[in-house]
Amino acid sequence: MKIAKTRMLAFAAATALFSIGHAALADELSIMASGGAWQDAQRKAWFEPFSKETGAKILEQEYLGDLGKVKAMVDTGNVPIDLVTVETATVLQGCDAGILERLDYSKIGPRDKFIEGSALDCGVGLDAYGDILAYDPTVLKEAPTSVLDLFDTEKFPGKRAMRKFPAQNLEWALMADGVAPADVYKVLATPEGVDRAFKKLDTIKNDIVWWDAGAQPAQLLASKEVVMTTAWNGRIQNAIDTDKKPFKIVWNNQILEYDMIAIPKGAKNPELAYKYLAYISKPDNNAKLASYITYGPVRTDAASFVAADALPKLPNAPDHLAGAYLVADTEFWGDYGEDLVKRFNAWLAQ
Amino acid sequence: MSALQPSELDRPALARGRPAAGADPKTASAAMRRAEFGDRLRSLALAAPLLLLLALSFGIPIVLLLSRAVYDPTIADALPRTSQALADWNGQGLPADAAFIALAADLSENQAKGTAYELAKALNARLPGARSQVLKTVRQLEGAAGKPPLEIVKAVPFWSAPGTWPTIANGTHALTSFYLLSALDLRWNADGGIERVPPEQAIFLQVFLRTFFVAAAVTLATLLLGFPLAYLIASVPKGLAAILIVAVLLPFWTSILVRTAAWTVLLQKFGLVNDMLLWLGFASERLDLMYSRIGLIIAMTHIQLPFTLLPIYSVMRTIAPSQMKAAYSLGARPFTAFRRVYLPQVFPGVMAGCLLTFILCLGYYITPALIGGASDQLISNFIANYVNVELNWEMAAALSFILLVFTLALFGIFARILGLDRLKMV
Repeated sequence: MKIAKTRMLAFAAATALFSIGHAALADELSIMASGGAWQDAQRKAWFEPFSKETGAKILEQEYLGDLGKVKAMVDTGNVPIDLVTVETATVLQGCDAGILERLDYSKIGPRDKFIEGSALDCGVGLDAYGDILAYDPTVLKEAPTSVLDLFDTEKFPGKRAMRKFPAQNLEWALMADGVAPADVYKVLATPEGVDRAFKKLDTIKNDIVWWDAGAQPAQLLASKEVVMTTAWNGRIQNAIDTDKKPFKIVWNNQILEYDMIAIPKGAKNPELAYKYLAYISKPDNNAKLASYITYGPVRTDAASFVAADALPKLPNAPDHLAGAYLVADTEFWGDYGEDLVKRFNAWLAQ
Repeated sequence: MSALQPSELDRPALARGRPAAGADPKTASAAMRRAEFGDRLRSLALAAPLLLLLALSFGIPIVLLLSRAVYDPTIADALPRTSQALADWNGQGLPADAAFIALAADLSENQAKGTAYELAKALNARLPGARSQVLKTVRQLEGAAGKPPLEIVKAVPFWSAPGTWPTIANGTHALTSFYLLSALDLRWNADGGIERVPPEQAIFLQVFLRTFFVAAAVTLATLLLGFPLAYLIASVPKGLAAILIVAVLLPFWTSILVRTAAWTVLLQKFGLVNDMLLWLGFASERLDLMYSRIGLIIAMTHIQLPFTLLPIYSVMRTIAPSQMKAAYSLGARPFTAFRRVYLPQVFPGVMAGCLLTFILCLGYYITPALIGGASDQLISNFIANYVNVELNWEMAAALSFILLVFTLALFGIFARILGLDRLKMV
C-alpha cells in the first residue's frame, strides 16, 4: 500500500476538516488538484489564462490523491467538484467503481493525437513525467549510466532510496535481470516473473532506504543519507534549479508516466469541465505547462510549442528517449496492482 | 423488593389504579411491582431517543458496512444468465457452450448498462488479471457486428484458462466467504477445501499478530509508568494531586495528531532524543527511532498513558491509608501488605485501565502511519488503504469484522475472568 498516501491521509483525517466550498455556479469551475509546485504550475499555465479567456471563475481545491473521498461524494450525490487530477492507476479504479465519468472525446480533441496510453476512457492526460535516477556527483565519483545501476552494489556501494511501492521497482528489477523493456509486462504478468522480480529486489533489499513523498528523494540526497535515489524528474530538476543543488539526472531506462484529469460522476458543471479539457488539450496550451514545471506535453503534436529553454529538461525530450525507456503500462497495473501491492507489503515485512 | 410468591404470578390481576395503601401485603407488593415496571418503561422511553440515535447512526451503518464482507452481489447481479447456465455445472473442466453464450449475452448487457467496469473490478479482486480480459471481451463483443458471440468469447484464451470458470461460479453466489478467508490468509483450493495462501502472499495474520503485540507492549508500558504515578498522585496532599492530575491530562487535551507530530520532531535522526542520547553518552551513534517499532511504542505509550492511569487512580483514591497501617501493625511486611491488602483492591482498576488501553491500541491508525516504518503498519492502516486507495470496501469490511471478533473475544475472556461488574472505569 502507499504509505505516503496513508501518511498524508492521516494528516488529512485529523487536520483537514475543511469543507469543500459551496456548490459551483454556472460559470464556476471547481478543480481538485494535488497541490504543491505542480498545482502552482497549472495555475499559471492553465487556470488563469482559461479564466481570462472564458470569464469562468476557477475554484481550486486540494486533496491528497485518494479516491475514497470522491467516492463518498458520488455515493451521497453531492459532488462539489467538476474536475479532479489523478494518477493513471486511479483513473482505472475510478472508472471501475463508477465514480468517474466516461469521457466523450469529441468534446475534448482527437484521441489519436495523444501519446499512447495518455487518453483513457475516464481520464485524459495532463502531462508526462519520468521516473528517473538522481545522484550527487560530488558524492559518487563514478557516474551511473542507467537507472538499473541501482542494482549494482559493487560498482556503486552505499544506500539507495526507492519509492515504497511495487510499480517501477518491479519493472526495473526485471530489466536489471536481463528482461528487454518490450517484454517486461509480459513477464511480470506471470507468477514466475513476479518471483523473479522480487528475487532481484532481494539482492539489494538491505541497501534500500524507502521514500514515500515526492519531496523526500531530494532531501535524502541533500542530507547524503543515500548515494542515489529514484525520483520524479520534476522534483529533482526543482532542487537543481531553485535550490542550486549539484544533482544529476540519469534518463537511461527511465519509466514514463502520465498525470491525468477526470470528471467525477454527478459533477454540477460538466459542460464547462469539457471546455476546460478541450482548452488544455490544444497542442499550444498543452505545451505551456513545461515552462513552469519540467513535465512534458501529452499531445504528439505539441512538441513544437514547447519553450526552447524548457525542452531539454523534459522526460520526453528526444535526447531523453534516445536510450532505453519504458512506458508504464496502466492496464497492467489496473489488473495486478492490488495483488502486487499486497505481495510487496508482505515482502517488505519479511 | 421482597421475594415474589410463585402463586402471585398466577393470580388474576387486581383492579388497576386502586391505591395500594391499606391493602394486604401481597397486593401491595404486586402494586409496587407494577409501579416499578412503569418506572422502568418511563426511563426506557426517556432513553429511547438516544437509543434510536445510536441504532440509526451507529449500529445500522456498522452492520451494513460489515455485511459487505460476506455479501457481495456484484457478480451475481451482473451475470444472471451465466449463473443459471452454471447451475448444473460440476466444476470440472470447461462448462458447456451454453454458459459461454450466456456469458456473452450478460457481458453485452453490462456494457449497455454501463456496469462492465464494476464487474471487471469484482472479478479482478478474486482473479488478478481478469479486469483487462473482461473489458477486452466486452469491447470485442461491441465491435464485432454479425460475428457469433460464442466465437468471440472462445477466441479470448482467458475464458478457457483453468481458474476462470470456478472463480465465476464462486462469484455468482452473492453470499461469499472469499473476503473473510482472505483476511485470514486462507483461500478455497481446487478440491473445495480451505488452504493457506502461499507464504509470499500471506500478510494479514502477521499484521493482526503485530497489532496485538504492539497493543500488548503499549499496555504493559503504560501500566509500568502509570501504576507508580497513580500511587503517587493518590498519596500526596489534595492540592498537589490536582496539579499532577492536570499534568497527566494536559497532553490529553491536545489533538492526537499534534502529539504524534511532536514525537516526529523528537525522535528523528537529528532530533532532540538522539542529540540527548549522544550528549549523555548512552549511544555512540544516532539511532533510528523514527520509522521503527520502538518509536511507535514510545509515541503510543505517551498517548495512552492517561487511559491506563485514570481508572487505577480512581480506585486507589478509595483505599484508606489506614488499611495498610493496620496490616503493618498486624505484622505484615510492606511487600506482603501490598500484595495481600492493596493489590487485590486496585486490581479491578488496573484491569479496567489495561483493557481500555489495549482495545484502543488495536485501532491505532495515525500514529503508525506517521511514526511507524514499513513493517510497523497496524491493521487499521490496511483497512484505511482498502477504503481510500484500493476502493475495495469488501476487503476492508472483512478485516474490520475479524478485528471486531478478536476484540470481542478478548473482552469476553477478560469479562469471564474478572466479572464485568468488577471492572471499574473512571
